[in-house]
Amino acid sequence: MQVTRTSPLSRAAMLIGLVVLVALAAAPWWAGRAELRLFGEMFLYMALATLWNLLAGYAGLVSVGQQAYVGLGGYAFFALTMLFGVPVYLALPLAALGGAIVAAPVAALIFRLRGAYFAIGTWVISEVFRLIAAQTPALGGGSGTSLPAGIVKTLAASRDGREAAAYWLALGVMALVLGAAFAVLRSRQGIALTAIRDNELAARSLGIDIWRTKFVTYVLVGGLTALVGALIFLQKLRISPEAAFSANDWTAFVIFIVVIGGIGTLEGPILGTLIFFALRETMADLGTLYLIALGVVAIAVMLKAPSGLWGLIRARTGAELFPLSYRVTGLTARRPAPSKD
Amino acid sequence: MPEPILQIENLDAHYGDFQALYGLSAHLDQGEVVAMIGANGAGKTTLMRSVAGLLRNRPEAIRWKGQAIGRLRADQVAALGIALVPEGRLLFPSLSVEENLIIGGQIGRRGPWSLDSVYRLFPVLKERRHQQSTSLSGGQQQMVAIGRALMANPELILMDEISLGLAPVIIRQIYDALPGIVGEGMAALIVEQDIAKALSVTRRVYCLQEGRVALQGASASLSREEISRAYFGM
Amino acid sequence: MDWANAVIQGTLLGGLYALFAAGLSLIFGVMRLVNIAHGDLIVLAAYLGLTVSTALGLHPLAALALVVPAMFAIGYALQRVILNRTMGGDILPPLLVTFGLSIILQNGLLTVYSADPQKLQAGGLETASISAGGLTVGVLPLIVFVTAVAIIGGLQWMFYRTALGRAFRATSDRQDVAQLMGLNRAHVFGLAMGLSLAVTAVAGIFLGVRTSFDPAVGGSRLIFGFEAVIIGGLGNLWGTLAGGIILGVSQAIGGQIHPGLQLLAGHIVFLVILAVRPRGLFPKMED
Repeated sequence: MQVTRTSPLSRAAMLIGLVVLVALAAAPWWAGRAELRLFGEMFLYMALATLWNLLAGYAGLVSVGQQAYVGLGGYAFFALTMLFGVPVYLALPLAALGGAIVAAPVAALIFRLRGAYFAIGTWVISEVFRLIAAQTPALGGGSGTSLPAGIVKTLAASRDGREAAAYWLALGVMALVLGAAFAVLRSRQGIALTAIRDNELAARSLGIDIWRTKFVTYVLVGGLTALVGALIFLQKLRISPEAAFSANDWTAFVIFIVVIGGIGTLEGPILGTLIFFALRETMADLGTLYLIALGVVAIAVMLKAPSGLWGLIRARTGAELFPLSYRVTGLTARRPAPSKD
Repeated sequence: MPEPILQIENLDAHYGDFQALYGLSAHLDQGEVVAMIGANGAGKTTLMRSVAGLLRNRPEAIRWKGQAIGRLRADQVAALGIALVPEGRLLFPSLSVEENLIIGGQIGRRGPWSLDSVYRLFPVLKERRHQQSTSLSGGQQQMVAIGRALMANPELILMDEISLGLAPVIIRQIYDALPGIVGEGMAALIVEQDIAKALSVTRRVYCLQEGRVALQGASASLSREEISRAYFGM
Repeated sequence: MDWANAVIQGTLLGGLYALFAAGLSLIFGVMRLVNIAHGDLIVLAAYLGLTVSTALGLHPLAALALVVPAMFAIGYALQRVILNRTMGGDILPPLLVTFGLSIILQNGLLTVYSADPQKLQAGGLETASISAGGLTVGVLPLIVFVTAVAIIGGLQWMFYRTALGRAFRATSDRQDVAQLMGLNRAHVFGLAMGLSLAVTAVAGIFLGVRTSFDPAVGGSRLIFGFEAVIIGGLGNLWGTLAGGIILGVSQAIGGQIHPGLQLLAGHIVFLVILAVRPRGLFPKMED
């Protein structure tokens, strides 16, 4: 008998994942420009969804204001490159750092709120960021600004090179986020998070420092979300307060992805992103009806299958692709004890 | 012989995966006062909650005046004339003493019990009628809880551990009022940890052990030894 | 004089914010539920007012007679059909369901009414004003403020002096035991939501008369209501009024300093109060 974290399925999944990653890395050679852009978008949404899930599904911090960090990352990147001449490849991690640094005092403030009030508090923060951005003339104020061609060209020499660079950055960030999430969840911090996810009161009684765990998670997620934001607006080449801090784009879609895919699991956001993009490609131009449909599906999922699609799969089959849970293997069957009376 | 007013037949009860009652059967006749004793965790409160409708069961597992009520909601059961004095009193902290009593009568059933008659039964409550209910002493809160149940003019009153946490002199006071409470032909099911008290005020007794009826009989005729054996499962 | 006027405008605006917040406060008090779609429901009421007043040729304030009961019914149905199912102990379901509702409402309104800004026409009432001692007070803002005070007073009276209020307080205290008293929890929650939306209906109509609105403004109305509740302190309806006034005055003063600063000033005051008095100024309950 032994205790192990992997199962045959998770070993296979990790191997397949590695192969897929390599294939994806080679995409600039086998995929067209439109496909590269689509993949890039998917990677970034997958990253945002994984991060939101870490916050809400594990730390119990339901934020409807993560667009604050998406926009913050975007604006930080534009400011660093345009106003301070920082090289593009340095500006990205610096934007992430900026996000984390801002997230710390924000957390200290809004952690005073609980539950749904915390959620609305995150929204207030994103509104504050938006208003500040709109009042900053150096970055275009209310109408925003574009990334100068000179800066864009420093990504790579050729157009194809730049498309590939943006693609690899997106792939890299997604891998980084997934890897970070996986590493966190496998660590002591992660076990604390999983305990908090399952039962906060019990976790606290075990001596887990809830506040600190949540704080660290929030800051980490803030920083990585800012990184994704920087990348998003690098690709868009233009930023404005409306786009940067759009709740629809960066929160609504992300929440729907995680809820439908499966909250509180690593596999869920990945599955959810795939479903979301499959739906989007097939339901392309339905605009508001598409959003209404998503809302209805999300509500239905929350009421009927709150663990999402992956939750259903896992409940049926016990499957786990990321080796996270502990299993006891090698137990032999024993006869049940005779009952009394 | 007339049908029992309350008939419990083969009652199973679960809390999630945990089973608390195993095929329990019991009955109460009209106007009878019956005791339910047993150690902690024996299932007494689970039984009370099941009868009161706070736990859902098979419809026919609990029959009230012949009607299958096992699946009914607590508010529907209350309308049929069953009132529960819950374990731990569980008064409404946001309501005053008088408001707790008034809301007990919310169900609107006719009968001898009203604010006036409850205040006559427990005069100390009238003095404190506008105080916040949870600022009263334990014994007084128990009086409010009992009064609140009486205001519904029930035909069956379920009392879950009304002596819990109270000083002996207060317990005696409350039990002295019991004849006045169940006087008018009201049936009562009394859960008690204090065996002697339970036996002294009731005609019949059930002893529960690990979710089953281990012993039942007339309160007056059961021996100490029989009861200990049933209580502790030896 | 400009500053004094600003403070007065801000105070009266606070009445409107208090109306936004009252429904939110009521629901939280009775059911511990925070409705993310609350702001969008305010906007829904404004659009209902628009449809009713244009279809029947009614003055928007007269349209209240139809919109308030309609919103009550919507709230009751919403609670019983959907929201009651989210009322377990977990915070995720009510939050995510009301979030989904918010998205559905916004986009539904967008589909039916388009994104064009609309306004409820109240005729002469909109420009009428009273002057005294160099200060000018708009009649409409005054009506809104007085209505807010009346509604909050009415809600307080209902809560503490009626059987319904008793039922609300008891159910909020102990849901299970309230059932023992013959109170059907599902029905009580439905009534609470219905009442909340009835108040929201008034807020929505006043919003529509006061400024132009479109399907997307729900979010910021929710935030204003929420800030008023937090500033004032949880569980205290009069505190919510005070919170609304403080918010309104902060915005007005901010706007006096610099037009772009108006909304930001309100948020900053909110954050400062959150930092130094996290439970609000006049809290009466734990969250």
